[in-house]
Amino acid sequence: MTAPAETPPITARVEEKFPGAVTASHQQFGDETITVAKDQYLAVMTLLRNDPTLKFNLMVDLSAVDFLGQSPRFQVVVHLKSLSLGHRLRVKVGVGEDGPEACTLPTISKLWVAADWYERECFDMYGIRFQGHPNLKRLLLYESFVGHPLRKDYDIHLQQPRVELRPVRERYDYQNRNLTDPSETERRPL
Amino acid sequence: MGVKTKAPAIEQGAFFTTRLDAVLNWARKYSLFQYPFATACCGMEFMATAASHYDQARFGAEIPRFSPRQSDVLWVAGTINHKMAPIVKRVHEQMAHPKWVIAFGACASSGGFYQNYAVVQGLDRVIPVDVYIGGCPPRPEAVLDGLIALQDLIQTRGPTGHTGINPRQTKEVLLLSRQ
Ligand code: SF4
Repeated sequence: MTAPAETPPITARVEEKFPGAVTASHQQFGDETITVAKDQYLAVMTLLRNDPTLKFNLMVDLSAVDFLGQSPRFQVVVHLKSLSLGHRLRVKVGVGEDGPEACTLPTISKLWVAADWYERECFDMYGIRFQGHPNLKRLLLYESFVGHPLRKDYDIHLQQPRVELRPVRERYDYQNRNLTDPSETERRPL
Repeated sequence: MGVKTKAPAIEQGAFFTTRLDAVLNWARKYSLFQYPFATACCGMEFMATAASHYDQARFGAEIPRFSPRQSDVLWVAGTINHKMAPIVKRVHEQMAHPKWVIAFGACASSGGFYQNYAVVQGLDRVIPVDVYIGGCPPRPEAVLDGLIALQDLIQTRGPTGHTGINPRQTKEVLLLSRQ
């Protein structure tokens, strides 16, 4: 499938209002995706919400992706829908982990109230701090949890129990397909 | 006819002897009050087993009690994660002796297919478990099988179950602490 040569309408409108804000875009099955620069993110989102030709009045989803080893490391992905005009848009914005603004992004919970808990979940799982958020604390995990589990460098076996775990007598090791020495498994983080 | 040859004493309206604990255990196993601790999809299967089609009440496990103090069996149906673990432990501690625990489904038995930051790798890491029911989720037949296994356990082992927690010992501990 070859992309149409002319710029699709939503991308064109954003580019018209904020030249240079859209760093990448594509279109698939009639839905557009734009990648915006981090410093223009809030302005673009405000435009998307309030512009009479865009009118994105529904924030469908907000999440993040961890591209460990790349720069910028994280990408926050927001899905928007306009109930009155019937079109959709996916907005991506890169969030780096270096520099004074490391892992931060302006909150959009002032524009869409629904974004409040999505941003809290995103903070919980990826440690991205949303500046200006009214109540940025963990949504799903407990307060004593250290780290952010959906980061790619979080150890997949690392658990943080809140009660003292009873000992296991023997444990089937699925990787090596045998019963391991119980003293061995006790030393492994479970 | 068979009865006549095997137990003539009953036939003649006489009496027969048994041990008191056998009678007590028989009574215990057919009057199980349950605490359904349903955290995930397995909870639906528990409801299916308890509802009229499979009718768990036939086995004497009639009413779910939503107070741990009134229940004998703790059915942990579903995934137990580390956030939930202190709660299930507290519910278990609040149950009066004798008490039993059934790990319902793959998740409660072993963590199921979850091995990550969130999920406890088996309910027995938190509280002692008497019967494990495999399956994701177990069919109601398997659930009833597990219930019958628990009843056998109660009949043969008495109130301590597999966990070996002796209610008499607990009583002594209580008495000591009062003195
Ligand atoms: S064992 Fe399967 S059905 Fe039961 S709680 Fe786990 S995932 Fe759900």
